[in-house]
Amino acid sequence: MAEIHYLQGTVLDEELLCSLTELCRLCGVTAEVVHEMVAEGIITPSSSPGQQWRFTALEIRRVQTTIRLQQDLQVNLPGCALALDLLEELEELRLRRGRQR
Amino acid sequence: MEYRDYYQILGVERNASQEAIKQAYRKAARKYHPDVNRDPGAEETFKAIGEAYEVLKDPEKRAAYDKFGSNWEHGQDFEPPPNWDAGFEFRGTGSSGAASSGFSDFFESLFGHSYMGGGRDRHTAFRVKGEDQHAKVALKLVDAYLGSRQTITLSRSSVNQRGQVTSQPHTLHVVIPKGIIQGQRIRLEGQGMPGYGGSPNGDLYLEIAFQEDPLFHAEKRDIHLTLPITPWEAALGARVTVPTLGGKVQLKIPAGSQGGNRLRLKGKGLCSSRHQGDQIITLRIVVPEAATAEQRAHYQTMAKLMPFNPRQQLGV
Repeated sequence: MAEIHYLQGTVLDEELLCSLTELCRLCGVTAEVVHEMVAEGIITPSSSPGQQWRFTALEIRRVQTTIRLQQDLQVNLPGCALALDLLEELEELRLRRGRQR
Repeated sequence: MEYRDYYQILGVERNASQEAIKQAYRKAARKYHPDVNRDPGAEETFKAIGEAYEVLKDPEKRAAYDKFGSNWEHGQDFEPPPNWDAGFEFRGTGSSGAASSGFSDFFESLFGHSYMGGGRDRHTAFRVKGEDQHAKVALKLVDAYLGSRQTITLSRSSVNQRGQVTSQPHTLHVVIPKGIIQGQRIRLEGQGMPGYGGSPNGDLYLEIAFQEDPLFHAEKRDIHLTLPITPWEAALGARVTVPTLGGKVQLKIPAGSQGGNRLRLKGKGLCSSRHQGDQIITLRIVVPEAATAEQRAHYQTMAKLMPFNPRQQLGV
């Protein structure tokens, strides 16, 4: 029997950083789209003066969700920012409620 | 193939206006969008809604669909009558909406003929990176605590030689690193949908969820457990055995503990190489029943020896 090959993925956590180029490639968007999302506060890069933007891997999801909300529900950018914040809050509340039960 | 009742899916009457169909679609799409609705069945529902709208929003497609009549039941075995689409203009145009991958056989064989594969950028269908795929895995807490190897089966659609979209199960074996937490995602490069024209495959994003556990509850890295103790263990202090994800440990309950007090077992939560999680224990005092006369007398002695008003804070 053939040996099973186990795939090793990358955990997308807050420690994993990616550049603007990587973020664009992963999410299939142009730098312009990312700039708009930064301006809207949907994602927040870290950067010190003279340095390139760095995004945490958690922001990949925010970009991907934003794209889906735009395409599937025609939500505009401020609407996406609001939806993302509310979804995050909802998720935290659900976790806390789970403990109390 | 199975008949799909698109009116039923959107929850509208067969004679609904185009405007009413649009409204019903918008409302249902918001409700069942998989980014918004965490229910595991939401994605399927969202796709079904999208498929129904794809047909009913287009007057030509809707008219052709309506010709099948209203006597079909959703899910009933169905073959279209010959030349059912004669005189309609949508043939060969394919589907035009968003996210149409994963539509039913019913849709694909009736309305989806020139469909050339997945991806939201279908106009560049001949050379395009495969679509990213998103899936959820529901782990046991202990598998996240220790790290584990999981076998995951996803449904994957592909285009056959006749240009039809079919879906097959696709099995993957994945390493789950120790200390992964709820909601975290693992990216598996090149494990998404196949690319077209020599372009790379899409990626697979696996989102971690936890199966409900009868004892433990995870909140980020911390594992919560409610620990029942007796009144004398709380009052006098005790050493008790406590379950953790890593096995049983001894815990010292300080004298004078109250119900609701919390104790922390450092490092007994979801720990990765860089982060530590703890087990957080909430004490719950369980009072034994006064079943016999002797036991009742014992409580009465306690009342005499230790009179106090636990409701002082309430001003009563």
